[in-house]
Amino acid sequence: MKAHLTRRYIFSASHRLHSDELSEEQNHATYGKCNNPYGHGHNYALEVTVSGQVNPQTGMVCDLADLDETVRREVLERFDHENLNVRQEFASAVPTTENLSAAIFNILQQNFTTAHLEKVRLEETMMNSFEYSG
Amino acid sequence: MIYLTRKCEFSASHYYYNPAFTAEENQRIFGKCANLNGHGHNYTLEVTVKGEVDPRTGFVVDLKELKEILIREVLEALDHRHLNKEVPEFATAIPTTENLAIAIWNRLERKLNVAKLHRVRVYELPDLFVDFYGEP
Repeated sequence: MKAHLTRRYIFSASHRLHSDELSEEQNHATYGKCNNPYGHGHNYALEVTVSGQVNPQTGMVCDLADLDETVRREVLERFDHENLNVRQEFASAVPTTENLSAAIFNILQQNFTTAHLEKVRLEETMMNSFEYSG
Repeated sequence: MIYLTRKCEFSASHYYYNPAFTAEENQRIFGKCANLNGHGHNYTLEVTVKGEVDPRTGFVVDLKELKEILIREVLEALDHRHLNKEVPEFATAIPTTENLAIAIWNRLERKLNVAKLHRVRVYELPDLFVDFYGEP
C-alpha cells in the first residue's frame, strides 16, 4: 500500500525581491513593497510530502526522525534566521517563494533518499503558498 | 467532477511495538511511541469524495448520509478507543498514521455507495498528516 506523508516545519528569514536585470522603476513596478532596499522578513511554513510503500514491519513510509533530521540539517539550519539574498542559492536568482520552494525541493531530493519526495509546499504568509514537485 | 471534503475529529490512544523486533529495536525504531503504556492524540480526519453534481439536488453527495457512515464506520470504532487493543485492524498491524489512513479507507470504501472515495487524510498532529488514495 502506498501512502503519502506530510510534515510541517516553520522557519523565519528575510529577503528583498530585486532583479539586477530590471531598472529601478521596473523593479519597483514588479516587486512593489518587496523591493524595499532594506529587505523584510517572513515566518515561512514548509510542508514536505514524501511517499512510498508502508513497511509491513514498522507501519511507516519512512523514519520520521530521519526526515526531521534531514530537514533540520539541510533546510532549517541553512535558511532559518538568515537573509536569503546573501545565500549562495540566491546568488543569481531572486529569492521569491517560487524559487525558494524549488531550491528546497532540490536540496531535499539530493539529501533524503529513504522515501520518494513528492512535493514541497511553502507558505510565505497566511494568504499565499507555493508548491513545487520537480 | 467535483470533490467534497468532510472533516471530523476523534481521540484515541496507541503505542508502536512490533513483537518480531527486540525491545532495543523497538526503542530505536519507534522511540517514545514504543512505551507499552501507550499515549494518545486528537486526530483530525478529512474524507474527500468525488463525483458528478446531481442536477436535481446540486449535491455531489448527501452530506447527512456521508456523516452517518463516518460516525458508524469510523468514529464509533475509533473515538476514545485504544487502537492496539480495541480495533481489529491493529491486532497485528502497527497503528501508525499510515496504517490508520489505510484502515479508515478500507472501512469507508466498502460502505460508501453514495459517492466515490478519493482521499483519506489523517492528521496525527497539526504538523503531521498522511494521505491515502487507495493506491496498491
